[in-house]
Amino acid sequence: MSSLDRWLLPEGIEETLPEEARRLERLRRRLLDEFTGWGYELVMPPLIEYLDSLLTGTGSDLDLQTFKLTDQLTGRLMGIRPDMTPQTARIDAHYLKRSAPVRLCYAGSVLHTRPDEFGGSREPLQIGAELFGHQGAESDAEVLSLMVRTLDLVGIIAPHLDLGHVGVFRGLARAVGLQAETEADVFGALQRKARGEVLALLARAGVSAKDSGQIAALLDLSGGAEVLTMAQTRYSANAAVLRALDDLGAVARLVSAQPGMPALHFDLAELSGYQYYTGIVFSAYVSGHGWAIAKGGRYDGVGRAFGRERAATGFGADLRQLLRYCSDCGDTLGGILAPVGEDAALREEVARLRATGERVVCELPGASAVPAELSCDRRLVRQGSSWVIQKI
Amino acid sequence: MSAAKQGGRGAAPSPVVNIALSKGRIIEEGLPLLARAGITPSEDPARSRKLILDTNLPDVKLTIIRAADVPTYVRFGAADLGVAGKDVLMEYEGDGLYELMDLGIARCRLMVAEPAGLAARDDPKSWTRVRVATKYVNISRRHFAAKGIQTDIIKLYGSMELAPLVGLSERIVDLVSTGNTLKANGLVEVEHVADISAWLVANKAAMKMKRDAVKAVVDRIAAALG
Repeated sequence: MSSLDRWLLPEGIEETLPEEARRLERLRRRLLDEFTGWGYELVMPPLIEYLDSLLTGTGSDLDLQTFKLTDQLTGRLMGIRPDMTPQTARIDAHYLKRSAPVRLCYAGSVLHTRPDEFGGSREPLQIGAELFGHQGAESDAEVLSLMVRTLDLVGIIAPHLDLGHVGVFRGLARAVGLQAETEADVFGALQRKARGEVLALLARAGVSAKDSGQIAALLDLSGGAEVLTMAQTRYSANAAVLRALDDLGAVARLVSAQPGMPALHFDLAELSGYQYYTGIVFSAYVSGHGWAIAKGGRYDGVGRAFGRERAATGFGADLRQLLRYCSDCGDTLGGILAPVGEDAALREEVARLRATGERVVCELPGASAVPAELSCDRRLVRQGSSWVIQKI
Repeated sequence: MSAAKQGGRGAAPSPVVNIALSKGRIIEEGLPLLARAGITPSEDPARSRKLILDTNLPDVKLTIIRAADVPTYVRFGAADLGVAGKDVLMEYEGDGLYELMDLGIARCRLMVAEPAGLAARDDPKSWTRVRVATKYVNISRRHFAAKGIQTDIIKLYGSMELAPLVGLSERIVDLVSTGNTLKANGLVEVEHVADISAWLVANKAAMKMKRDAVKAVVDRIAAALG
């Protein structure tokens, strides 16, 4: 490494400089305060833990995304958290052991082995809220509403909300008895909306043309509330699918009933995180952003591996991505430049000003301070025996 | 990112749908297809130096880019729709694109080829480790790995046929259309990797947020395919 590139950071790792850090922190506080207002308690899970507990029930995608190292104390494999959701599930299942629903929220860095999106970060600042211990539309609706409120606080007024339910595809796949491997392949093709591929995979698996048609029809089931009615008619023979659709309808009704909610859209073939989610899934899109800016859903049973099966629903987002859409997170920093001295009156005045919430920066001797570089717009000067503030 | 800015990013009442096309066979065979769908560029892309072309439809624009960049543009939302060869899509590592339909144009085959002399005494079933020159690093690696064959891959950007002649590698993985280039360089096809044609791809967010506008264009193209 030459002295020229010694400052280089690894790909996808970034530094947050003062101005952005101030904006980021302001947004973080604003969102966490809101979560607190909704009854979500802040937790701070560890940055690193044993791989087994980190990756329980999360599917192989997350495994690939996890940086791993060996614990020198035990020889066991540890992972740096790629996602804080399973950690909060563990906290709920193992430590809190409350019988009532538990609401937890968090904000912290997670690390990914590869950038999520092209040119993306490998160190997203994940912020999210999870609700454990309640099975039903009400908790899903609460979490979804909180997600919308979060975007609202960022300044994203009319996000595009997309709702789906993994129970629909799962119900159809079970009904035709798809093998796990075929199911995963068909699922992948559905995600790409590659109709021909879906039909070809199903034909190869020996599924009848009629049943394949029913599965491929998921690709057309996207749009407004009418989608649910259409799906109910089409899949009227499949009880599991109908249950999923009812569930989706109930959440949609609860959410839409709230004032100021943006329109809901449904896409029954959109199931990102299929391995992980067990019920409703939802994501929010904003104009000009090629992928979802926040997403969440129901993932019952994650706590099973920690000794307690709990219903769970939640959402998360990358705070850095959200910050790009925040228009009122910045502020102009003002401050007072004060000389350093042994004068008691000066010290008293500086302490008094700081106590009132003023920002007072000491001008160190010998260094010719540029007030603008220190973001100071005023100066403390002696006038007779007292100290007064002068505009620069 | 001028393309991105003009890609109808605002929440205008009638959003612009931007279609990414690549020069070469895709645009040659794609323009007649678009014409049947009622979309014609206002300038001849072969002559124009503009990279974003207006069309006869006020809310449809064409972006002309390199073939390998089409998935990236569409993935990032800089173009809402794109026409990309299956070879490019298979090689593109990221996912998150909608592969809406096979347009059936720009058809060809992705093949393993080797010098005729080697092919005469070679049996692909006996391969355990091969050295191939190709533009399609990911596809080649996957193809051979699925058959349990180790590969040493040499990434080239063009003129793959040259590699066996100069001893860079014994074999190549490349697109074959007529087979004339292979023949002229003394190579023969020994193994089929994939059938290739151009696909219509879409950005996920655009499909959701500009649903009506994008669907209108997709339906036109679907109708033109018959």
